[in-house]
Amino acid sequence: MRWFLFTRVTQSLIVLMIMSFVIYALIGLMPGDPIDLMISANPNMTAADAVALRELFGLDLPIYKRYLNWLGTALGGDLGYSRLFGQPVLDVLFPAMKNTVVLMGTAFILSVCIAIPVGTFAASKPRSPIDYGVNLFAFAGISIPSFWLALMLIIIFSVFLGWFPAGGIATEGAPFLEQIKYMVLPVATITIVSIGGHSRYVRSSMLEVLRQDYIRTARAKGADNNRVIWKHALRNAMIPVVTILALDFGFLFSGALITETIYSWPGMGKLIFDSVMGNDFNLALVALLFATALTLTGNLLADICYAWLDPRIVIGGDST
Amino acid sequence: MINQNSPLFLAMRRFRRHRLAIFSCCVLLSMIVLVISAPLFEIWLGVSANQVDLYSRMVGSSLQHPLGTDELGRDVFLRLLYGGRISLFTGLTAACFAASIGTVIGLSAGYFGGRLDALLMRLTDSVIALPLLPLLIVLAAIDLNKIGLPEAIVQSEDVSFYRIVLIVALTGWTTVARLVRGATLSLKEREFVMAARGIGASDRHIMFRHILPNLLSPIIVAVTLSVGSVILLESVLSFLGLGIQPPMASWGNMLTNAQQLIWEAPLLAVYPGLLIFITVISFNFLGDGLQDAFDPKAEY
Repeated sequence: MRWFLFTRVTQSLIVLMIMSFVIYALIGLMPGDPIDLMISANPNMTAADAVALRELFGLDLPIYKRYLNWLGTALGGDLGYSRLFGQPVLDVLFPAMKNTVVLMGTAFILSVCIAIPVGTFAASKPRSPIDYGVNLFAFAGISIPSFWLALMLIIIFSVFLGWFPAGGIATEGAPFLEQIKYMVLPVATITIVSIGGHSRYVRSSMLEVLRQDYIRTARAKGADNNRVIWKHALRNAMIPVVTILALDFGFLFSGALITETIYSWPGMGKLIFDSVMGNDFNLALVALLFATALTLTGNLLADICYAWLDPRIVIGGDST
Repeated sequence: MINQNSPLFLAMRRFRRHRLAIFSCCVLLSMIVLVISAPLFEIWLGVSANQVDLYSRMVGSSLQHPLGTDELGRDVFLRLLYGGRISLFTGLTAACFAASIGTVIGLSAGYFGGRLDALLMRLTDSVIALPLLPLLIVLAAIDLNKIGLPEAIVQSEDVSFYRIVLIVALTGWTTVARLVRGATLSLKEREFVMAARGIGASDRHIMFRHILPNLLSPIIVAVTLSVGSVILLESVLSFLGLGIQPPMASWGNMLTNAQQLIWEAPLLAVYPGLLIFITVISFNFLGDGLQDAFDPKAEY
């Protein structure tokens, strides 16, 4: 187990290192650069000043040297200032992360709480009308463009009915009900989109388990159907499901970029989008790195959960 | 005379039982026909898809404009047809392109094994473990001038299309790569591969002539299922203004303006999304049906 943990963690760290360089290089390829932005803000600057500034900030160095410079300061704890917000990057990042966790966490819990019973129920009666109904709904959830769903919910509940605000977040310290009001539509969007996938996983994992010998044994000894399904089978079916859920853990923080952008929910997803679009190089870089690191952590967790939950899996063997 | 027991015939029969897949197939075919005949509708209606008419902005449906006009007075119906061309074509091209990359990677990993396999599979795992959408947005936003592409290409109209196809292919190959690798691992131990090797066939010959044809049905299923997600991805990027650039219409970028006009003309936001939804769900049902037909053991 220790060896397994060690290799997986090292692998994730290597990927993170490589990705930090890739992201750094990609950010450098985005339209515009910091010196151009300075020039456009100050009409007194000449081309010679620009060259001098470029040299001063080390922007004329080759990319790998610039990257190493950045890495040195970043590891020293200085992640720079955000251009859009005029604050240290981390001061912008953490509140956004909090908002995202609130939004995604609620949606995630809702989705799982609905998907597990629904998927189990569908699997317990395969090929019944209920199963087909669940399947149809799951396909719809997977196929619906989330940004369009968001627009439709806004049209119905904000434009026509006027029940919920079309976007934004309640001000700090607003009453609880007010805060909930702003959350309903984005949470609904994410939940509807993710229920489909989740319930399909539960269903297929459940079907797999129901084929096993020990289920037949449980039935043979006279346990009634409900007990077999909800006690014997569900526990075993949860193993792959937990893995899938741990995979989603990473997205809990990187956020639903589209949903957050449409509803102007000030979370990580919107932050990444705004910083990329707004030439906020420092912020975009750090936000993307955080999102990558957290997603990698989610994957790592998924692997560990899988190995830990299922004693049948031999750890340390060749993972093919 | 068709052999009634051939695998293909049996697969066809199983497929025909899958009523939703058949229905989806019809939906997709009629959509393709409609989209191809877009110029005919242009002639019939007497306006072209990008023709601006500021005197009739956001009018309702009429004989002249079956689904009304948008904020610039352009005919919504025609733009939907031309947008469908782009969306469907992008989806199919990018999915096939991604699948080809995945096939080559999976085949080499599975067939040669050892170090190469370990390296390629770690690469695949790593790509799967990345937060794709944020990274895709950065990829879609990079300045093509800075990577040294000639001005003529950067300025050309189709560049946003190629960019999308490339971006999707760069990230979408992982599923196929894993699938192909797994199947190759078991296929390469089979007798017919041994026999081919015995008569002195080269590695390339064995990989592409003996192993690949046996992988076609799972690859086809994977491609069909991925067309849907590619169309979703294209529409999202275009919606955010990073994909297909106006005035060229795509279902995604038609929704961008619709969002701003959501209070004045909510219907404008309905049609493009509905078409995306119908197309994507049809491809998913079709893929599901094909999967059941080719591999009846997979479910139930």
